[in-house]
Amino acid sequence: MDNPARATILRRMTSDLIIVGGGLNGATLALAAAEIGLSSTVLDANPEGVQRATGFDGRSYALALTSVRLLQALDLWADLAPDAQPMNRIRVSDGRVGDAAVFLGLDFQSAEIEEGPMGHMIEDRHLRAVLMDRMAASPRITHRLGARVVAQEISPHAAFVTLEDGETLSARLLIGADGRQSGTATRAGIRRTGWRYGQTALVCAIAHEKPHDGTAHQLFLPPGPLAILPLTGNRSSIVWSETDAHAAAFNALDDADYLTILRPRFGDFLGDISIAGARFTYPLNLTLANAITGERLVLVGDAAHGVHPIAGQGLNAGLRDIAALADVLKHAKRRGEDIASPVVLARYAEWRRFDTATLALATDIFNRLFSNDNPLVRATRDLGMAAINAVPEARRSFIREAAGLGGDLPEMMRA
Amino acid sequence: MGNVMSGTVDASEIAKFEAMAAEWWDPNGKFKPLHMLNPLRLDYITTQIAGEFDRDLTTPRPFEGLRLLDIGCGGGLLCEPMTRLGATVIGVDAAERNIPVARAHAAQSGLEIDYRHTTAEAMAESGEQFDVVLNMEVIEHVADPLAYLTACQALLRPGGLHICSTINRNPKSFAMAIVGAEYVMRWLPKGTHEWSKFITPEELYQLMRDAGLHPVDRKGMVFNPISWQWRLSDRDLSVNYVTAALKP
Repeated sequence: MDNPARATILRRMTSDLIIVGGGLNGATLALAAAEIGLSSTVLDANPEGVQRATGFDGRSYALALTSVRLLQALDLWADLAPDAQPMNRIRVSDGRVGDAAVFLGLDFQSAEIEEGPMGHMIEDRHLRAVLMDRMAASPRITHRLGARVVAQEISPHAAFVTLEDGETLSARLLIGADGRQSGTATRAGIRRTGWRYGQTALVCAIAHEKPHDGTAHQLFLPPGPLAILPLTGNRSSIVWSETDAHAAAFNALDDADYLTILRPRFGDFLGDISIAGARFTYPLNLTLANAITGERLVLVGDAAHGVHPIAGQGLNAGLRDIAALADVLKHAKRRGEDIASPVVLARYAEWRRFDTATLALATDIFNRLFSNDNPLVRATRDLGMAAINAVPEARRSFIREAAGLGGDLPEMMRA
Repeated sequence: MGNVMSGTVDASEIAKFEAMAAEWWDPNGKFKPLHMLNPLRLDYITTQIAGEFDRDLTTPRPFEGLRLLDIGCGGGLLCEPMTRLGATVIGVDAAERNIPVARAHAAQSGLEIDYRHTTAEAMAESGEQFDVVLNMEVIEHVADPLAYLTACQALLRPGGLHICSTINRNPKSFAMAIVGAEYVMRWLPKGTHEWSKFITPEELYQLMRDAGLHPVDRKGMVFNPISWQWRLSDRDLSVNYVTAALKP
């Protein structure tokens, strides 16, 4: 137990953190850790090039106001802003396929809250490129590509990971930022609870004739919701949910036929539409890790909670994890506490548990309520929407929630 | 344990803590209340030291070059953080059994800490000098508080910082610290505290002045049973409180 060799190993740890997963969450966490004076080794199983593909692949994110604040706190926003589209307005409508221009319900404008735009749309390629550049420039970050973890071992005072080639790395704290199939969680014996909705999201970028004026649309159609989110220029990103069978059939179509199916859903309020990037499909499911911390271990992002991509809440939730964890680690470090001790990690788990459960539940209810053509359910939700619309306080609360301003905000997300 | 104790430490008090020593580092064990209180104590201590010695807490080892004594170090709950922050730390405890526990844990943590089985009085006699003396949750257990504080004062260099926390004496502190913590919550073994030994802030300030220390700050440490959290308070010193004093 008190083997003197152990003390030597501890003084020669690879870095303060080992972050498994070099995607958006892993990279942002490494940069947040660097900001508070902690060093990270980021292990990305992907080979060189995968994170840096430069062409537009159609993927984009609706960054909540609080996510933008985190990127500002990390001094990344100045590089991202020229490619970001502010969302000044969210229109929520209920409708049926083919009934064009079915706006019925809610209309939220960011002018109603003092904090500014509710969020920004950013393309995956721009966000990823800035994150990769900043990691490369940080003296506190070692970014390793093609580094696949095959084993991990936690001792009471350090975490060790072994790579495919047999190399062993050590750190005080191990972070699983490796997505919903997190190997880090699996190796730690953390089980997951999840369910599928029998629905698949079709995602792509659309070019349209008329300007979108920074307005996002959420159309609730019986097969599932369609989100139309403004990108820079006359382009929007769509997240279109359908039953698995329909989605598979639509995805197999060529662009022209795909558009024929999409047009009656989309409506003609933006003029003629065309496909402006690659098309993706994501099965809608919800997967929650049964624990988000373990011995010297923390899970962030989809590794902790894979929520389905309605309104882009997946990345926003991951960024909230990161801001909360950075807060907890910053204070622990200032106090001289062991940053990975159970008492420190419990603060992160407590902070995120409620938020995560609320988000998962809201996403689930939202989806069940709005993917329904039952007339009674329709009437009820239209009444509910009209009620929210009529009450200024309820409206402001909805807008603040969409902007990510609900709950107990981490320091890096405060104005 | 049969060891002969000298100075003002009350032998029956030491025996009580020896029985608990092995549990020091279990955050959910018998020392749970101390683990819960520890972040707040550390916030106060680090802020006071940084202010007094003009140190930047955002740097990796802000307390580099400071010599710090922790009296009643127990399992090292304060010594380890102070060492991580760069201070040269000596931890002393009158309970012999705490010393090997603290040493073993420091070795596991990769930290070099000088733990000694001795008392403040014995340290003062040997002429040791420190920039900071931590005197946390100890004074309510000693037999002669003035003699004890005089030894603490002697251990400081001129301009040195003395941080002392303890429990107030009033009906509320009796209810919270003894009935609540020992009997209801069973956070502490029954008999851990003797209410008559508790000291009011005014009494402590006077004792410190009599011992040649100049009190500069006091804050309440308040537990909120709803949020289950501790916080520092400028006004509520009714139960737990902490003070800072300087040696002129």
